[in-house]
Amino acid sequence: MDTLVAQLQRQFRDYTISLYHQLFWYVKGFLDDQFTELKKLQDECSPDFVAEVVSLFFEDCEKLIGNMARALDQTGNVDFSLVGSSVHQLKGSSSSVGAKRVKGLCVTFKECCDSQNFEGCVRCLQQVDIEYKSLKAKLQDLFNLEQQIVQAGGRIPQVDI
Amino acid sequence: MAEVLRPEMLDISNDTSSLASPELLHVLAVDDSIVDRKFIERLLRVSSCKVTVVDSATRALQYLGLDGDNSSVGFQDLKINLIMTDYSMPGMTGYELLKKIKESSAFREIPVVIMSSENILPRIDRCLEEGAEDFLLKPVKLADVKRLRDSLMKAEERVFKNIMHKRELEANDIYSQLKRAKI
Repeated sequence: MDTLVAQLQRQFRDYTISLYHQLFWYVKGFLDDQFTELKKLQDECSPDFVAEVVSLFFEDCEKLIGNMARALDQTGNVDFSLVGSSVHQLKGSSSSVGAKRVKGLCVTFKECCDSQNFEGCVRCLQQVDIEYKSLKAKLQDLFNLEQQIVQAGGRIPQVDI
Repeated sequence: MAEVLRPEMLDISNDTSSLASPELLHVLAVDDSIVDRKFIERLLRVSSCKVTVVDSATRALQYLGLDGDNSSVGFQDLKINLIMTDYSMPGMTGYELLKKIKESSAFREIPVVIMSSENILPRIDRCLEEGAEDFLLKPVKLADVKRLRDSLMKAEERVFKNIMHKRELEANDIYSQLKRAKI
C-alpha cells in the first residue's frame, strides 16, 4: 500500500526530473547542473539556502527586466549598450542558479543588442519575462512539494539527474 | 639550583601565523551581483572559510584601508588570506583592483583570484601577468574552492613550520645558555 509520503516523494522525484530534462525535442529543460550544485550547498545549518538564492535571482530578474524595458522605451534613442549590459548581468545570475532557459534566451538577446535589432530585443525581453515567471512558479511548486513531504513526516528524496 | 625552563615549557605564541585562526582562511569576496555574492559566500562557508563579502572594488579597497582614507580597520588586525574578485564590475573592474592590491606593500603578498563568466584568453593572460593567483570560470565550483584552499593551506603550513622551527632553535639556544650559567 502506498503511503502519502511515498506518493509525495514519487511526485517530487518526477517533477524534479521533468524540470531538468527535455521532454520533447522542442522543450528545453528549465534547470541545469548548476541547480544541483546549489542543492549541495544546502544543509541543516543553511536549510533554506536554495530558496533564498532563487528568491534573490527572481528579484534580480524583475529589476534588470525593468531596466531593459525602460531603455527600450526611449523611442528613437535606444541605448543598446545599456540594454546589453543588463542582459549580461542577467545571463550571469541565471547561470549561477542553473536557470537554463533564461540563460539561453540571454545569449540570443545579447546578439540582438549587439546588432541593434530593436524588434529582436523587444521579442527577447517579452520571452525572458515569461520564462523567469514560469520558472518561478515551477520552483514554488517544487518547494511546496518539499514542505508537504516534511509535514507528512517524510524525507526529501535525493534525485540523481 | 633553580628549576631550568625546558624549551617545551616556554610559551611560543603563534601570532606569527598569518592565518585568521589556525584552521580558517579569511577570504574577501568582491562581486557586484547579489546572486553571485550569496552563492560565493555559501560556497566559501561550506569550505570552512571565514568570509567577508563586498559589492564593489571601491568597497574592497575601503575595507583594506587602501582608499587613501585612513579609517576602518588597521591592517595589522585584518588577516585576509585570499581575495576573490569578479572581473566585470561597474566602476573599478576586478583587474584594476588586482593592480591596486599588487601595488600595495601591505597587501601585495595576498593571493588574488579573478572570477569571470567569460572565457577570454587575452583577459586571462593579462590577469595572470598582473600577478593573479588563479582565474576561475563562473559559476565557481566547490572543487575550485577546495583546490585553492588546499594549495593555500599548504603554503601557510610551510611558512608556519619554518617560523616554529626557528623559534624552537632560539628556545634551545636560550636553554643551553641557561644551563651553562647554572641558573
